[in-house]
Amino acid sequence: MAELATSAEDAAAAPRPASPWPRRLAILAIFAVLAAVPPVAAWLAQPFYVRLAMQIMIFGMAAISLDLILGYGGLVSLGHASYLGVAAYVVGILAYHVDNGGLLFGVIPGTDNAFIAWPTALLVCAAAALFIGAVSLRTSGAYFIMITLAFAQMIFFFFDSLPTYGGEYGLQISDLSWPMNAIGATGFYYFVLASLIVVAFLVQRIVGSRFGMVIRGARQNNQRLQAMGFPTFRYRLAAFVIAGVIAGYAGILLAEYQLFIDPTAMAWVRSAELIVMVAVGGAGTIYGSIVGAAIFVLLKLVVGSYTVHWELIFGPFFIAVVLGLRRGFFSLAFGSDRDG
Amino acid sequence: MLFVLEQSLNSLELGVMLFLIAAGLTLVFGIMNLINLAHGSFYMIGAYVGATVMMATHAFILALLAGMAATGIVGLLAETSLLRTLYARDPLDQVLVTFGLILFFNETTRIIWGSVPLPMDQPADLTGHVQIVPGFTYPSYRLVIIGVGVLVAVALYFLIGRTRIGMQIRAGASDRTMAGALGLDIRRLYTRVFAVGAALAALAGVMAAPLLAVQVGMGDSVFIQSLVCIVIGGIGSVRGAFIGAIITGFVETFSQSLLPATLAEMAIYVVMAAILYLRPQGLFATRG
Repeated sequence: MAELATSAEDAAAAPRPASPWPRRLAILAIFAVLAAVPPVAAWLAQPFYVRLAMQIMIFGMAAISLDLILGYGGLVSLGHASYLGVAAYVVGILAYHVDNGGLLFGVIPGTDNAFIAWPTALLVCAAAALFIGAVSLRTSGAYFIMITLAFAQMIFFFFDSLPTYGGEYGLQISDLSWPMNAIGATGFYYFVLASLIVVAFLVQRIVGSRFGMVIRGARQNNQRLQAMGFPTFRYRLAAFVIAGVIAGYAGILLAEYQLFIDPTAMAWVRSAELIVMVAVGGAGTIYGSIVGAAIFVLLKLVVGSYTVHWELIFGPFFIAVVLGLRRGFFSLAFGSDRDG
Repeated sequence: MLFVLEQSLNSLELGVMLFLIAAGLTLVFGIMNLINLAHGSFYMIGAYVGATVMMATHAFILALLAGMAATGIVGLLAETSLLRTLYARDPLDQVLVTFGLILFFNETTRIIWGSVPLPMDQPADLTGHVQIVPGFTYPSYRLVIIGVGVLVAVALYFLIGRTRIGMQIRAGASDRTMAGALGLDIRRLYTRVFAVGAALAALAGVMAAPLLAVQVGMGDSVFIQSLVCIVIGGIGSVRGAFIGAIITGFVETFSQSLLPATLAEMAIYVVMAAILYLRPQGLFATRG
């Protein structure tokens, strides 16, 4: 009931603009800016900008996957960074066995072939999300938050205590997977950008589909949907797995880009940061997640360059955005699919 | 046999520690419907204040009282200035705001006390060992911790189940509007419960300080463990938090000494998943 009331309140406060064009142009502008980063950075001789944009794209992708279940499904997962880390570790561990020999579990040889390593990583993520979702989706609300958090901790400690693969010190990856090592740094950048666009488009199609409508309906009134005959548990579980796989894909790209992975990539703080990105950008907007990731990465850089105590500014900033704006920046400008 | 006895005492010690933190967490959630991710910060603040007072005065009781009082006041301020506005908001907002609060508390602590871990002495009278059975001794300080934890558990049980204020707390939890209509000052009640919860976490923090390093972020990991306790026990139930904390204490301690490291770290979460699979609302659920 509370959720219904807030949605109605939001709708009254900010009616959605009639023309879809400002929103479309804004989305185009986001991608255009990201596409322009490598040449502009080269022109300014600031390769650092490319690294920033890369972080924004990868975290933006992970935040979009979270928006699917959080913004549209109303499922506040506080363990979403786990899939990022798990997929990155799968890629890293497979590459490790190429360099150092040996077999994973004594049977699986290593590989640095993306066509083998990436699908493996995504499959592992899907399995993890299926298991975690099957247990945690039996609950709702605060329970769901805490259980996803607990599972994330479990996965964190698993990798944190794996001495073979670096434990808490992390795992170095010697080179990008084939064929990513053949397309050069700029080629990889545009591959990540293309991935981001495909992921955003894919999620947009998902939330607009019949499947997406069931997910969104279950957020507003799960009981009513069940009474209408929809087995919402299965729909939600499917959405949870899809989101986990997309986050895993972002994790693969993170591993390839950093050539390093350590357990902090899946610490629960990272999961909370993903939620912050979604909320600051605007929940239920898909593209707002990219904006949220950009605000997060850039603000951390700017405030961090003035003071080491950047968290002192950051914490109150989130609080102000949540309490003051009540919605993220992208939804303020263009409305959210959560409205009405 | 001695191994089992020693590990059981260690389990109890960890269990009551977790209970002190979990009690406030579960009360705040069960009564005010608030998910407070920053609850672990109260444990940290208590430890810092306690260690500082201990260093200045060498009086452990004073350190305990000062830690609890200071943290209670911090909790009071946080509740009245910020968290009060969150009771009616959805869980997402609560997660975001209290996460922001963690960053704020951690960073403020770092500014005040610096990044170097703070040492704290054990109280001078309790540095010895007590013989429990012939040939087996146990540190008296750790026994005192177990005693204090059990004492608080019993006191809370009577406070909530048998006293007038406990009745008011339960009334406020089950129907806020009706309890308010009957003349109960709900706002003040909530603030008090919140401050007491913060002070209990600080009690755990001060008592734990001599046993481990007092450092920024020390509350974060213990917060997750206490979260596991209340999820196992059923959110909102103090009795559930106690049982959950004892289960967590035993599973953590015994798995650390019996299982390989990777499995040991995961054991409690496997237990939690199993319990939740069978009883999604925890062992002693108070709400549907």
